[in-house]
Amino acid sequence: MKFSRSMVLVSNDPDSLRNGALEVYQCFAEKLAEFGLSEEVTLAQITDAGRHDALPLVIVYPEATAYGPVTVKDVGRIVEEHIYKGRVAEELLAPVRELSGRVGWLKARKGASPMEKKIVTRRTGRIDPENIEEYIAEDGYQALAKALSQDRMHVISTLEQSGLQGRGGAGFPTGRKWRFVNATKSAKKFVVCNADESEPGTFKDRVILEGDPHSIIEALTIAAYCVGADEGYIYVRGEYQLAQHRLEKAIIQAREVGLLGKNILGSSFSFNIHVHSGAGAYVCGEETALLESIEGKRGEPRARPPYPTTHGLWGKPTLVNNVETLANVPPILLNGAEWYRSFGTPSSPGTKTYTLLGNLNFRGLIEVPMGITLREVISIYGQGMKDGATFKLAQTGGSSGSIIPASLQDTPLDFESFRKAGVSLGSGALLICDENTCTLDLAITLMKFFKAESCGKCTPCRVGTERALRLLTAISKGEGKLQDLETLTLIAEEMEIASNCGLGQTAAVPIRDTLKYFRAEIEAHIRLGVCPVGVCEMSAEAQMA
Amino acid sequence: MPTIKSLEDLQKIREEALKKREIKSTPGSIQIIVGMGTPGIAAGARDTLKEILGMIEEKNLANITVRQTGNIGMDSWEPIVQVVLGEAAPVTYGKVTPFAMRKIMEQHVLGGNVVNDYVVPA
Repeated sequence: MKFSRSMVLVSNDPDSLRNGALEVYQCFAEKLAEFGLSEEVTLAQITDAGRHDALPLVIVYPEATAYGPVTVKDVGRIVEEHIYKGRVAEELLAPVRELSGRVGWLKARKGASPMEKKIVTRRTGRIDPENIEEYIAEDGYQALAKALSQDRMHVISTLEQSGLQGRGGAGFPTGRKWRFVNATKSAKKFVVCNADESEPGTFKDRVILEGDPHSIIEALTIAAYCVGADEGYIYVRGEYQLAQHRLEKAIIQAREVGLLGKNILGSSFSFNIHVHSGAGAYVCGEETALLESIEGKRGEPRARPPYPTTHGLWGKPTLVNNVETLANVPPILLNGAEWYRSFGTPSSPGTKTYTLLGNLNFRGLIEVPMGITLREVISIYGQGMKDGATFKLAQTGGSSGSIIPASLQDTPLDFESFRKAGVSLGSGALLICDENTCTLDLAITLMKFFKAESCGKCTPCRVGTERALRLLTAISKGEGKLQDLETLTLIAEEMEIASNCGLGQTAAVPIRDTLKYFRAEIEAHIRLGVCPVGVCEMSAEAQMA
Repeated sequence: MPTIKSLEDLQKIREEALKKREIKSTPGSIQIIVGMGTPGIAAGARDTLKEILGMIEEKNLANITVRQTGNIGMDSWEPIVQVVLGEAAPVTYGKVTPFAMRKIMEQHVLGGNVVNDYVVPA
C-alpha cells in the first residue's frame, strides 16, 4: 500500500490559469522529482479554493498552509523549505486578510489530509478477481489465519478499538454489533453480508465485489468465527450478475483449497457461504426485509425490536454487515487498530468510498479518509463542475440521503459532523448538482422513486409518498397553493415518525430538506408561476396569472 | 492447488504466487491488463479485449500475458487498459476503443513508444 505523507494542491480556476498556474503545477512536478519526493507527495489541482486574488494559490497538506500568489520562481523554495525540510516558507504565505475570509475553511482542515487512501479498494483494478492465487499473493487470507489463531473476544476487541463504523449508512459501531451476536446464546447463528446495493447512484459495493470478491469471503469467514456462526449468506442485488458470477466462482475456489468448508486452516471451525440473489426490490436493502427475502417470504421489513442480533434469519441470532464494512475487517486485523485510527477523524476513523456522479468533470469511485469536505471532493477529485457551472447542492447516499446546499459544503464528511449538521452521510453516493437543477424537479424525481419502491406494508409510507408526489407535481405545473407547503411539511413529519422502516422515514427527507434550504425557490413556483431555473413546465394559465 | 491446512501452507502458496508474478514482469515480457468491471464492459471492454486477442493471433505474438481485472474507480475513462513492458511502470490508457487499442498495440506494445493521446492524465 502506497501512502503519501503530504499533498500539494495548485489552484486551476480560470484566473489562476491566466496567472500561470499550469506552469507552476508542472514546475512542482519537476522539483518534487528532483528532490526524490514524487512517491511521498501527491500533487493535484484544485478548481475552487474559494478565493479570487493572490492567485495561483498553492495549498500544502497536512499543515493546510496556503501560499499565494505563487510564481514559477517560488516553487523551488516551497519544495525545499516546506516539503523537504518541513519548515513553512513564511515570506510566501498568502495575505492574512484573505485567509480569514474566503479560504477560512482551510483552518478547520489543519492536520487533516484529503489524499486518496486505498484500504478496501487497494486490490480492485489491480488483481485478477477470478484467480485466488493473485488474492493470496496480496496478503489474502492472512487475516483469517491470524484471527483463527486468536481468541474470538480478542478479535472483537481489536475491531472495537479500531472504531470501525458500519458503512451501509447508519454508522453503527461494527465491533459492538459483533459482540452482541457473540453474546447471544444459540446453537445456530448466521452471518449475512448485505450486498443489496440498491441506493441509486451507489456502486461502491459492486466495485469491491467485482474486483476483489475473495476479500468479502475472507471477512465473512472471520465474522462467522467471531460470533460463532457456521453458515453465511451474501445477499447480492439481482442486477449485479457479474458480481454474483465472480462471488460464486470465488467461493468454489476457496472451497477447493479448504479455506471454506470443514476445519478451515486446520482449526475446528467450519463455515459455508451461500450467494442469494435479490430480485430488484429497493426495500430489501433494509436488513430485516433482506432476511425475510432470504427466508423466501415477501420482502417486507419486520417490526423492531427484536433486532437481528438476537432474532434474525429463521429466528436465530444473525449478524448483518455491509460489503464495505466487511472489506475493512481484514486490513484492520493485519495492521492493528492503531494503524486504522491513524486515518480519518477521531470520532470516525478510517476511510470511506464515495461514488461521484452528476455535473462533474470526473465521475467514478474514490476512497478517501473520513472527514474530507465536499468542497475538496468536488474541486480535487471531481475536477470541478462541468462547463464551469456553479455548485448548487449535493445529495448524499442515494435517494434516502440528505440534500446538502452549497452553504454546507465545508462540513467534514464524517458521521459525527453530519449528525450535528442534521444531515446523513448515507451509503456514500455523492450526486452533485449545478445551478441548472430545479430542486422541485429533484424532489419529484425522488418521490416518484419512493412511491414505486414503497412495499405498502405501513400506511404513512404507502399513502404519504403518493400524496406528497401529487402535491409536488401540482406545484411544478403551477397549480400549487401556499397551503400545500404546510401540508407537505406535515406529511413529511408523519412519515418520519410513523413509518415502519427506513424507507418511509427517509422518503420524507427530500421534502424536508428542500423546504428547509430551498423554500424560496418552491415558493416562486407557487407565487410567481415560474420555475426560476426554467426546468419545470408551468402551465400557460399559471404564467398568465 | 493443494489444500491449505495451515498458515505455513498459505505462506507457501503466497510465495509461489509472488514468484509467478515476478516471471511475468521480467525484461522482455509484456502484460496487458483490461478493466473488466461492469462500467468497463458497458463501455466496450469486451470489444477491446477481442481486438487484443485478435491481433496476437494475427501477428503470432509471443510473450504477452493478457489478464482481466476489476474496476479501478475511474469510470469516466472506461474502458481502461494498462500496459506493462517488463519491469517498467504500468501505463494506464483510457477510453480505449478497438481502434485506439490497435494503435496502442502497434506503437506501444510492439514499438515501445507510449501513445500519449490515450494516456489517462494523473
